[in-house]
Amino acid sequence: MTAPARPERPSALGRLTRNRRSLIGGVAVVIMIAAGGLAPALAPQGYSAQSLLHRLQPPSAAHWLGTDGFGRDVLSRVIWGSRVSLEIGLVATTLALVVGTAVGSVAGYFGGATDTAIMRAADVFLSVPALFLILIVVALFGASLANTALVIALVTWAPVGRIVRSECLSLRNRDFVHAAAALGAGHARILGRHLLVNALPIVIVQASLLLGQTILIESGLSYLGLGAQPPLPSWGNMVVEGRQFLASAWWIATFPGLAIFVTVLGFNLFGDGLRDASDPTLRGHSP
Amino acid sequence: MEPGLRTYVVKRLGFAVLMLLGVSIILFTIMRLAPGGPEAVLIGGEFSQEAAAQIRQRLGLDRPLALQYLGWAGAALRGDLGRSFKTGDPVAALILDRLGPTVQLTAGALVLALVVAVPLGVLAAVRRGTIWDTLGSAVSLFGVSFPSFWLGIMLILLFSEVFHVLPPSGLSEYGRESDLPARVRHAILPTLTLGLIQMASFMRFTRSSLLEALRQDYVRTARAKGLGGGRVVWRHALRNALIPVVTVVGLSLPTLVGGAVLTETVFAWPGIGRLAVGAVFERDYPVIMGVNLMVAAIVITANLLTDLAYCVIDPRISYR
Repeated sequence: MTAPARPERPSALGRLTRNRRSLIGGVAVVIMIAAGGLAPALAPQGYSAQSLLHRLQPPSAAHWLGTDGFGRDVLSRVIWGSRVSLEIGLVATTLALVVGTAVGSVAGYFGGATDTAIMRAADVFLSVPALFLILIVVALFGASLANTALVIALVTWAPVGRIVRSECLSLRNRDFVHAAAALGAGHARILGRHLLVNALPIVIVQASLLLGQTILIESGLSYLGLGAQPPLPSWGNMVVEGRQFLASAWWIATFPGLAIFVTVLGFNLFGDGLRDASDPTLRGHSP
Repeated sequence: MEPGLRTYVVKRLGFAVLMLLGVSIILFTIMRLAPGGPEAVLIGGEFSQEAAAQIRQRLGLDRPLALQYLGWAGAALRGDLGRSFKTGDPVAALILDRLGPTVQLTAGALVLALVVAVPLGVLAAVRRGTIWDTLGSAVSLFGVSFPSFWLGIMLILLFSEVFHVLPPSGLSEYGRESDLPARVRHAILPTLTLGLIQMASFMRFTRSSLLEALRQDYVRTARAKGLGGGRVVWRHALRNALIPVVTVVGLSLPTLVGGAVLTETVFAWPGIGRLAVGAVFERDYPVIMGVNLMVAAIVITANLLTDLAYCVIDPRISYR
C-alpha cells in the first residue's frame, strides 16, 4: 500500500489563474494594454482620418463601432485613445506607489514622531476633495502628461502610504527582523531587504487597484476638457464629443465610456484576485 | 461634557483651523505660481502690456504676494471673500446661491447610497456565498469601475432619449423653479448617478464589518442562549457593525463632493462644482479661493463630527 499523496498546496500563481475573477480581469487588462501598444498596427484607420461623406454612421461591417460627427472611425479612435489613459495611469500610479511605499515604510518602521508627522500629512491629503485640487493645478499649469500624472499622484499616494505603513508596523516586530538587526544590519538594509520585500504583495495589489482609479481620474479630467486636446483622442474627450449627438448617434459616447469601464473593471478584478491569491485569509475582508 | 472629551474637542478644533490655514496658503501659492493670469481672459484677444498692467493694478495683483495673501485672509476672517474678477459679484453671495443645489444633490445621493448599500451589505454577509453575496460584490465592483460622467450620460440616453420619461438636465423647467414635482423629476438622474457610484464602498464596508461582528464572542453567546438568527443579527451584530460604517460615510464626503463636480457638469446642475470649474477656466482667483475654502471647511467639519459621533456611539474609544 502506498502512502496517500500529500495534498498539494497550490502556488500563488496557481491560485491566481484558478481565480476566475482575476483571470477575467487580467485578460481585459492585457487586451487593453495590447490595443494601446499596437494602436498603429491594430487601428483600421488613423485617429484623425475624416470622411465627411460618412458622418454619424451606425455600427456596421465597415465601421464596427460606427463613425463620429467628422466621419472618423470610432473603433480606431477608441484604440488610439487607450494610449493617453494608460500612459497617464501608468506614470501616475508608479509615482504614487514609489512615494506612498517610501513614506509609508519609513513611518511604519521608525514609528514615534516620524510616524505621527507623516500620517498627519497624509490625513490632510485625504481630506481635500481630490478632484478640486487636480482641477486647479491642471487648469492653471496646463494639461501636459507630466503635470496631470504628477498631480494625480499627489492625491493618490496617501492611501498607499497608509496600507504600507500598517504592513511594516506589523512586520517590524517579527523574529526575522530582530535577527537581522542582531546581525548588525542597518536601518536601510532592514527596510529594503526585509520589510519591503515582504510588503511587496500588498504593494502589487495596490498598484492594480490604483491603476483603475488613476484612469478614472484622467478620464474625468478629459471630460472637463483638461486632458488630451482634439484631434488627439482620449476616452474622456470622445465621450464629450459624443454627448452632443446622443439623440441621433448613441454609439459615439457609448463605446469610449465602455472602454474606460472595461479597463477599470479589469484592473479592479485583477487586483481583487491578486489579493485573494497572495493571502487567502484576506478573502472578502477588504473594506 | 466630561473633561477628557472637552480637551479632545478643543484640540481637534485647533487642528481644523490650522488645516484650513494650510489649505488656503497652499491654494493661494499654487494659483499665483501658475503662468498667465486673469487679464488674458478678461480682455480676450490681443492686448498690450500697458492694458494688462492696468488690469493687474486694478485687481490688486501687482502687490507683493505675501501682502495679497494677508489682505485676502484678513478680509476672509471678517467674512468677506472678495468679489469675482469676472462679474464683480461678492463671492460669498455667488457661493450661497449655488450651495443649495449641491447640498440637495449630495445629500440625496448619500441617502440613496445608504438605503441600498446597508441592507444589501447585511444580506451579503448573512447569506454569505449565495446569490445575494454575488449580487453585492457585483454592485461594489461595478460602482468603483464606472466613470461617473459616462454613467450619467448613459442614464440620459436611456431615460431621456429612448424612453422620454425624465428630463436630461437642469434644476427645473424654466419659469417653474418652485414647482416641486418638476424639481423632483429633474433630480432623479443626477442623484442616481452620484448615489450609484457611492454605494460601492458602503456596501463592501457593511458586509466586511458585519462578517467581523458575527465572529465575535457576544454573538456566539447570544446564539447560545437561544436567540433566533434574525434577532442576533439585528440587535447584536449589526449595531456594532455599523460603527465603522459611520466613519466611512464621513470619509466619503471628499469623494462625494468631488464626484459632484462631474455630475453637475453632465446634468447642467447649477451647483458649487460647476461654479468651481467655470472659475478655474476663467482664472477668477477670488471665486476659486472661496469655493475651495468652503468645501475644505465642510469636509473638515464633517470629519470632526464623524470622529465625535464615533466617541459617542462607541464608549470604548478613548480621546487623545
